[in-house]
Amino acid sequence: MPTDLAVIGAGPAGLAASIAAAARGVRVTLVDAAPSAGGQFYRQPATGLGARRAQALHHQWRTWTRLREGLDRHIAAGRVTHLTDHHVWNVERTSTGLTVHALSGPEQETPVAVRADAVLLATGGYERVLPFPGWTLPGVLTAGGAQAMLKGTLVVPGGRVVVAGTGPLLLPVATGLAAAGVAVAALVESAGPEDFARHAGALAAQPGKAVEGALYTARLLRHRVRILPRHTVLEAHGDDRLEAVTVAALDPAGRPRPGTARRIPCDTLAVGHGMLPHTELADTLGCRIDGVAGVAVDDEQRTDVPGVWAAGEATGIGGAALALAEGHIAGRSIAARLSGTAPDPRQWERVARSRAALRRFSTTLDGVYAPPAHWADQVDDATVVCRCEEVRAGTVREAVGRLGAGDLRTVKLLTRAGMGWCQGRICTPGVAGVAGCAPTAARSPFARPVPLDVLAREPLQEGPDAC
Amino acid sequence: MVGAACALYAARAGLDVALVDRGPVAGGTTGAGEGNLLVSDKEPGPELELALLSLRLWDELADELGPAVEYEPKGGVVVASAPEGLAALEGLAAEQRAAGVEAVDVPANRLRDLEPHLAPGLTGGVLYPQDRQVMPALAAAHLVRASRARLLTGRTVTGVLRTRQGAVRGVRTDRGDVHAPAVVNAAGTWSGEVAALAGVTLPVLPRRGFVLVTEPLPPRVRHKVYAADYVADVASDSAALQTSPVVEGTAAGPVLIGASRERVGFDRSFSLPVARALAAGATRLFPFLEQVRAMRTYLGFRPYMPDHLPAVGPDPRAPGLYHACGHEGAGIGLSTGTGHLIAQILGGGRPELDLTPFRPERFEQEAV
Ligand SMILES: Cc1cc2nc3c(=O)[nH]c(=O)nc-3n(C[C@H](O)[C@H](O)[C@H](O)COP(=O)(O)OP(=O)(O)OC[C@H]3O[C@@H](n4cnc5c(N)ncnc54)[C@H](O)[C@@H]3O)c2cc1C
Ligand SMILES: Cc1cc2nc3c(=O)[nH]c(=O)nc-3n(C[C@H](O)[C@H](O)[C@H](O)COP(=O)(O)OP(=O)(O)OC[C@H]3O[C@@H](n4cnc5c(N)ncnc54)[C@H](O)[C@@H]3O)c2cc1C
Repeated sequence: MPTDLAVIGAGPAGLAASIAAAARGVRVTLVDAAPSAGGQFYRQPATGLGARRAQALHHQWRTWTRLREGLDRHIAAGRVTHLTDHHVWNVERTSTGLTVHALSGPEQETPVAVRADAVLLATGGYERVLPFPGWTLPGVLTAGGAQAMLKGTLVVPGGRVVVAGTGPLLLPVATGLAAAGVAVAALVESAGPEDFARHAGALAAQPGKAVEGALYTARLLRHRVRILPRHTVLEAHGDDRLEAVTVAALDPAGRPRPGTARRIPCDTLAVGHGMLPHTELADTLGCRIDGVAGVAVDDEQRTDVPGVWAAGEATGIGGAALALAEGHIAGRSIAARLSGTAPDPRQWERVARSRAALRRFSTTLDGVYAPPAHWADQVDDATVVCRCEEVRAGTVREAVGRLGAGDLRTVKLLTRAGMGWCQGRICTPGVAGVAGCAPTAARSPFARPVPLDVLAREPLQEGPDAC
Repeated sequence: MVGAACALYAARAGLDVALVDRGPVAGGTTGAGEGNLLVSDKEPGPELELALLSLRLWDELADELGPAVEYEPKGGVVVASAPEGLAALEGLAAEQRAAGVEAVDVPANRLRDLEPHLAPGLTGGVLYPQDRQVMPALAAAHLVRASRARLLTGRTVTGVLRTRQGAVRGVRTDRGDVHAPAVVNAAGTWSGEVAALAGVTLPVLPRRGFVLVTEPLPPRVRHKVYAADYVADVASDSAALQTSPVVEGTAAGPVLIGASRERVGFDRSFSLPVARALAAGATRLFPFLEQVRAMRTYLGFRPYMPDHLPAVGPDPRAPGLYHACGHEGAGIGLSTGTGHLIAQILGGGRPELDLTPFRPERFEQEAV
């Protein structure tokens, strides 16, 4: 089934782009790994979004309803085909255009190929988790993982939860948990009030966001959640599962302050240290990637590979509103370019202005939310830093100190860290930090592991018969 | 890898060695390929002699470093799927036996004793018990460490220092000069550039290779297994893509599926058709692999010389300059012999093998 535009990722960016393009006559195939639309943000439980009285959150709910209705309308009109549960493993450039290769089915073993004239990469990001002693214990989850448990398909996390790490996600996650009736023992954030003060100007320039943050904080206080700014988790304790965490205050240099360590009993620790963009599909296509920051794009959200656009967190972490703005611009640019005309950026001037402001805001947040400068010092040699291959911090340090590894690639080669099932998507930042070298984006030509028989077979049919 | 082996044998011969690399240890092709130490794919001749010498030295090193470098004396099995292929394979094996290689003909009905998961319908094969395997990056790193050479990583060689009489007296790097009466050029695929810094030509070209890496599996492929066409591909002069399948398990669990060969310059872009061809070849040999998932690929550029032989030995055009490069798809295997021979001539002794076929200036003379 050939299509004009294949959009990969049905989060805010992919949805905004699909709707903007379809409204301008483009035939869109929206491919997403999840069972329903929404991406990381709108897939979240209603409890996380639907605080009916809080105005900022209400606004998000309205936006989602509008997107959902827009998508449904275009699907009904046959302009958009939504392929759910389709995991894209590669996008191939061919002589006639682009082919999106996906896997579907319960075991992700059925190949599906979608041929398109243009592709939008709207694959979002994933959570960064840095290692610390005890982080591999059952009961330690990512912040997003804890949030997902609330969806109702899984049990509500039992007993007491500590939310820890750094980044703008911790606040909504803690709020969501508390609002759902979970006992949140503490919110441990390594950024401190003085970090916010330093960036007060830029933060104040985004009043909507500030209000959102304040609302979250107010709700936490109402739920009697203890907020511990400028604190960090030193260690997670437990025999076969989590029983408690030790937290400590940080000094101005980012080291734990002696004498401030204390134990907080808990059954779940939700940790996150910000997000990283998914860039593998873009990387394999040959698109320029800006280090770990994301896929490089121009003002129209075009990558430097002809026919390939990128929008949302794949191009840099910045929140749902920014993803929407970028997606919208990408959709309009694609519609114009596919019809052979150069788009007129004045038509989306307002959106472009908001995109610029949101990007400035997220740059500011990057300055505010940073893991403690010396976090890697807390990782003792026995701590497993790569879970798939069970590589300990001591092994990584030895590769650097005794075997002459000077960069992440060599560390991986010599220790196997990052070579397992997750292909370094989880452990790379931690391994790089412990090794003392610069982190690099995870790269593999296969964004998903692909069965060899699927690889061996040239795809016969174009797209699923059902559509 | 080759530089590491030169450093080790030179240091053990009593020389003071500095190892200079612009990247980290194993940052070149060594970190991008497989670690087969093969005699099976070599026709009788100078390369096979170098391979046999190298294997002996690898076995010695294994006593010292075996587990650290994931040394596995697992043997290789070459299979044929058609009678003509088998005849050619058995013919080659007979010649190799005459040259001192252990090679055992295996009839079709015994193949599965060696490799229980092989596809049915193969016509037969040859077992090469001497084929071995190491993990190349670990091997390079541990040889460097064992050599105790001064390791100067992150330093790019930007010039070769010469005396007024023309003798080599060290190298210039972006972080200072390193003085030495002898300089060994072990810059792999980039050796031509280093040779040019000394004012001599060395025709080293890149030959791209992809390796597919699967998810970790319990051991099911016991030997290094490949199809008989592989030997033809290795020896081929064609620039076009060749993808005879080579399948092997690793100590760490993943199965490696190699190895494509194509001459496309230093093009790093992923090629799905190459990956498809490798997957197709591997699943034909081992049907169980059909359901196994590919996780990633390696990509590297073999240092390739027009006559498929490395350059090993002194360069008469620049006294004091030695070359140890151009090993194409066998630089891991051939590194120990190369390092050993280089150390012998650096020490003023007679090399154990005749170096005439490996003379670095041989192409220039041909051109004359
Ligand atoms: C726990 C949590 C709380 C958050 N809270 C807030 C908040 O309060 N305010 C805010 O502004 N932002 C919040 N965010 C961030 C917000 O979710 C993101 O900014 C936003 O979702 C980014 O949109 P996107 O379209 O770029 O990507 P995403 O929403 O991440 O969507 C990407 C989609 O691509 C799909 N995909 C990726 N790779 C593939 C592939 N290979 N094949 C097929 N499909 C693929 C994914 O399944 C996903 O559906 C939160 C995020 C998390 C995780
Ligand atoms: C896919 C693939 C599979 C392979 N499989 C096998 C196999 O199974 N068995 C086998 O034996 N071989 C195999 N090979 C071949 C083998 O990898 C190479 O022959 C071998 O690694 C070459 O080693 P080397 O030390 O000569 O080169 P390299 O490892 O490339 O080392 C050269 C070094 O020189 C450095 N350098 C270059 N220029 C400069 C400069 N100006 N200044 C300072 N430093 C410089 C580089 O940084 C590099 O580290 C394979 C190769 C590929 C691509």
